[in-house]
Amino acid sequence: MTMQTRRSFLAQSALGVSSAWLASNWSGIIDAHAYAEQTASAPAPALDFFSSDQAADIDAMASQIIPTDDTPGAHEARCVYFIDRALTTFLRDSQPVYTAGLEDLQAKTKELFPDSSSFSALASAQQIQLLTAIERTHFFATVRTHTIMGLLASPVHGGNYDEVGWKLIGHEDALNFKPPFGYYDAESE
Amino acid sequence: MVKFKPNTEVDFVVIGSGAAGGIMAKELSVAGFSVVVLEQGGPGKYGHEQDYNKDELLNMYPPTADDRLMSDLKLQPNTFRRNANEKAEPGNSRYGCVLGGGTVTYGGSSWRHLPYEFNEATHEGTIAGTGLVDWPITYDELEPYYTKAEWELGISGLRVDTPFFAPMSKPYPVPPMPQKASGALLKVAAAKLGLTVVPNVAAIISQPYMGRPGCINCGMCSGFGCQVKARSSSAVTMIPIAENTGRCEIRTRSYVREISVGKNGRVTGAVYFDAKKNEIFQKAKAVVLSANGLETPRLLLLSKSNRFPDGLANSNGVVGRYLMSGNFSNASGLFEHPLNEYKGIVSGAAILDYVPSDPKRGFYGGGRMTGRGQEEPIQYGLQVGAHRPVVVRGDRGQPEPNQSGPQTPKWGAEYKKLLQEDANRKMTIASFITQLPLETNRVDLDPDVKDAWGLPAMRITASTHPDDVKCMEFFRQRSIEILHAAGATSVSAEPVSDSRGGAHSRGTCRMGNDPQTSVVNKYHRTHEVPNLIVVDGSSFVTGGRNHPTMTIQALAFRAAEHLIADARKGSV
Repeated sequence: MTMQTRRSFLAQSALGVSSAWLASNWSGIIDAHAYAEQTASAPAPALDFFSSDQAADIDAMASQIIPTDDTPGAHEARCVYFIDRALTTFLRDSQPVYTAGLEDLQAKTKELFPDSSSFSALASAQQIQLLTAIERTHFFATVRTHTIMGLLASPVHGGNYDEVGWKLIGHEDALNFKPPFGYYDAESE
Repeated sequence: MVKFKPNTEVDFVVIGSGAAGGIMAKELSVAGFSVVVLEQGGPGKYGHEQDYNKDELLNMYPPTADDRLMSDLKLQPNTFRRNANEKAEPGNSRYGCVLGGGTVTYGGSSWRHLPYEFNEATHEGTIAGTGLVDWPITYDELEPYYTKAEWELGISGLRVDTPFFAPMSKPYPVPPMPQKASGALLKVAAAKLGLTVVPNVAAIISQPYMGRPGCINCGMCSGFGCQVKARSSSAVTMIPIAENTGRCEIRTRSYVREISVGKNGRVTGAVYFDAKKNEIFQKAKAVVLSANGLETPRLLLLSKSNRFPDGLANSNGVVGRYLMSGNFSNASGLFEHPLNEYKGIVSGAAILDYVPSDPKRGFYGGGRMTGRGQEEPIQYGLQVGAHRPVVVRGDRGQPEPNQSGPQTPKWGAEYKKLLQEDANRKMTIASFITQLPLETNRVDLDPDVKDAWGLPAMRITASTHPDDVKCMEFFRQRSIEILHAAGATSVSAEPVSDSRGGAHSRGTCRMGNDPQTSVVNKYHRTHEVPNLIVVDGSSFVTGGRNHPTMTIQALAFRAAEHLIADARKGSV
């Protein structure tokens, strides 16, 4: 299937290439872009909102929400960086939820595991035990929602690194598709 | 581009630029009249549509006001209550709010009403407690304008010869969109159950047409602006033609607060807030109101004067009543192999067999079933599992309604497993269903809540008629049967629910011959104010099968033709 990524398309739009032109010159530009799109491993970005301790706790929470097993999870998707950037831009309103929620998380950690220094330092089973205890809180629901967004939003927003989220759900990053689209329409042709 | 001064009396002010307003502006300006269009939304990416984003997150959180395509509940709040005894709660009704209105982002279904849908009271008899009456026009009177709309806008489809498909004097101008996996599965079920599957009729061109390229099946469709202009919205079909006449000025971010009335009882223009909230009065010889089935009645009710203390053209109290916001029924199935419904348009196929009402069912009503399953990635991730509460087959293979299944995991390894397993394997059957017009279902002004301009917010009052509940349940059951027949490995169906407003709202300025019981005449002039024309979903007498846009468009072409003829005779 010929395809072009949405990102490279947006980059082209910025150069003023008209969509009509694209529609009629599709196949010629595909290969060049596929080549240019090979993703290099990029270093993790700097944090704008979280301290490094806070980021470690949120990363640990996100990694329990969407764990890493034989496939990548929230950690590899860099969800914490997505959330960090979002909290200084379009999710600014959620800042107090995180500030208070992280304090509560710290307190809950001390309460359940007095010997531990932080949530991120807990063993996985302990983290699951703690999160199960708070899974009905607004803070947990907020982190869950933002972790899923970070996994599945376009990588331009800082998460879904290397499209690991889209790969998990078999979502192809292409601007155009050609039928057949799925198994059953292909079968009936 | 032409600019009119507000104190220059233009021939027409058109309020709204959506399905009806865009057509009115184009027809009137092409016919030689001067027109000012007042659109409350922004320009969107008008004229540079390639800049519409395909980014789900940007769509959820528009970075600037220019990126917003729908109304915003913070700016344009509304309230909802079931009946007049309740205090209204904050509502969630939204509609397209950008140059081109809802046509910029809609799924594009473009079904005509059947001839029978214009005189259902004659066919079904009166139903006590409802306002089910015949339209003052027939299908035959509207048919030429359906054809005109299909050819001028660009509609993809293929008429199949069944009595459930409206007769057409001309085929569709563009072939149907490609079959999707949902369509193939509907056919599997239909073959077993003796039903008829047809390609969806869509305002999305499958091939180049009138200078626009065909759809590239990008998949970010409903809710997104179309980057290649394949969706035949008012903004890429009608508005450019209107502007090119040099007689039509488009003013976006122009929020009308009142249609003004002179001493002689005729309207004199409209007062609106510009983007900076400056108040401007645009003088006009006549006003065309096409603000949608909710905002149109609200604006009439806001336009109070000594002559019309209860709202403009509302001496009989009918404005805002008989609201039909749209009844739906949804059921979903999971299948063994990927459907990849996220590619292509929202819905590629429909089942028409249950469109007519059938007395044997024991209730009034019918509907059109569509196969679909498009979910953007984030939306999918947030909702996955919600469609897994299994509706199990009972002992005799009959589906058991209203049976909720086990809680599905919301996080952790089990959630991730579900996320991977269910991806791209879902088909939803969405049915678009009749809704009886009830006098008590209405739009009026909320006594307490104000919008961002300090005007009373709209209040929606709506309850569901028992026949409508039975009809939705009927479609729910048929959908479950069809999904099983198609081979679904698990099936779930949302309980039927009440409609609470939204983009399909119709009926609130109903058309009729009797000035006591209707708001506009058969040519869309208000009975009380000859130079006030109301044309949009509010003109509907009955709701059809909840696919309103094509009929709105046909009505607009027809209204424009009569209005132009009258204006040329000097009788507006």
